[in-house]
Amino acid sequence: MQEKMKQRAKELLADGTVNRVMGWKKGEFGYDTTPAVFRSAEEIDKYFVCDDFTNSNLSKLLVKESKKDGVILAFLKPCDTYSFNQLLKEHRIDREKVYIIGIPGGPKLDAEIIKSKGITGITGVKNVNYTLVIDTIYGEEKMPFYEAVSVKCKSCKSKKHVIYDELIGDDGDILESDRFDEVEKLENMTSRERFDFWQRELSKCIRCNACKNVCPACTCEKCVFDNPKSGIENKAVSDSFEEKLFHIIRAFHVAGRCTDCGECSRVCPQNIPLHLLNRKFIKDINSLYGEYQAGADLDTKNPLTDYSTDDCEPSIVHERGVE
Amino acid sequence: MQVNDSKNFEPVIAAFCCNWCSYAGADLSGTNRLSYPTNVKIIRVPCSCRVNPMFILRAFQRGADGVIICGCHPGDCHYTSGNYFTRRRITLLYSMLDFLGIERNRTRLEWVSAAEGAKFASVMEQFTEDVRKLGPNRRLEDLRCRKK
Ligand code: SF4
Ligand code: SF4
Ligand code: SF4
Ligand code: FES
Repeated sequence: MQEKMKQRAKELLADGTVNRVMGWKKGEFGYDTTPAVFRSAEEIDKYFVCDDFTNSNLSKLLVKESKKDGVILAFLKPCDTYSFNQLLKEHRIDREKVYIIGIPGGPKLDAEIIKSKGITGITGVKNVNYTLVIDTIYGEEKMPFYEAVSVKCKSCKSKKHVIYDELIGDDGDILESDRFDEVEKLENMTSRERFDFWQRELSKCIRCNACKNVCPACTCEKCVFDNPKSGIENKAVSDSFEEKLFHIIRAFHVAGRCTDCGECSRVCPQNIPLHLLNRKFIKDINSLYGEYQAGADLDTKNPLTDYSTDDCEPSIVHERGVE
Repeated sequence: MQVNDSKNFEPVIAAFCCNWCSYAGADLSGTNRLSYPTNVKIIRVPCSCRVNPMFILRAFQRGADGVIICGCHPGDCHYTSGNYFTRRRITLLYSMLDFLGIERNRTRLEWVSAAEGAKFASVMEQFTEDVRKLGPNRRLEDLRCRKK
């Protein structure tokens, strides 16, 4: 796969279809691959990688890249194509400036999960028949591949590319996913239990902003949280109120636009399950206003900028009873 | 369930009222000498859809025990469709607050027209009572803003 991608990238660079290639390059440790732009065949040969750790969604980076001169080639996994479509819909990306090659999705691995099993000093990770053989400075360790699969891939919603210029490998299908199960579990708790759960989770937040910076739906030139007067731009002075404010507003701003790409939860250094907030909105939208998948196409109206005269009243929330 | 901090708890209610219907409705209830609880602090907004979710959270932060939004009846919005957007947005927001464990009865939305002075008074009466039962807002308060 990686070799095919490299070859195709070099061809497109050579024939002038594109003048830059966006993919991933190895970081310091091999498992911390990062998005990167390549300008020549030599760079591609030397640094380009696409492996079990290339989780990063490249779509958001194309907002800036598509403003530059010339066409850029981008490799997008199925979930990334939803984000790309959503950005197109919001007129954030110039479609003419991007050449998309769809590549098969994961399951991708999350190095944090491997580390959480007490495996440290990792120097390399190999997948041998779905057993991970992990080289560390202390010797070799093994663990089942599936255990290290990143949270977002565990509840993958689609293996289908919703936009591309060409594909490498086969296109997949939209999947039945269990992604709302955890949301439901919380819904079935008492209000007090939910409060305690979120208080516990959200108080871990260090306001690093990684969730918002990585999110393809958060592309505002100026974000509400950048305002130093908001009282929420840093953690040091904060009260637990601000944690809630930040998370409610962040999730609300992306409601109806969040494709559930899973990037926010993946990058959170505190492992806060942000996807549960996003999915709560998605679940509510689906059940109250009809099934909607952000980024699935370019025409369907966003449920929050649309309405129907017979929509339900907010009292539907209160009818759940008093707790 | 929250326990009342004091026996004589008087809730603070922030009421966002749209200028064209509900604010006029509040006015009418006044000119008709109908009384509604003094707990209610009215904040006038041009349209119910002006209410940014941030306003609601800020109201709780700064001491509100309950927040109610009032607007023109669906179909009657001065700006034609503003309140239809309000309806979706606020439904989702209230559901999210509930998901985070904030008591359901601290939030409400009611449609009150300029002619419904009596409805305005009874809505406020009812909502204030509901919030009084819940006690002070503790789950969405900012300690620094708490009055001694
Ligand atoms: S909120 Fe999270 S899951 Fe949704 S689009 Fe943003 S990064 Fe992706
Ligand atoms: S949190 Fe809101 S304002 Fe900030 S970038 Fe995201 S959508 Fe924009
Ligand atoms: S990434 Fe995690 S810790 Fe950082 S601001 Fe977001 S929720 Fe908080
Ligand atoms: S003007 Fe009253 S709700 Fe829009």
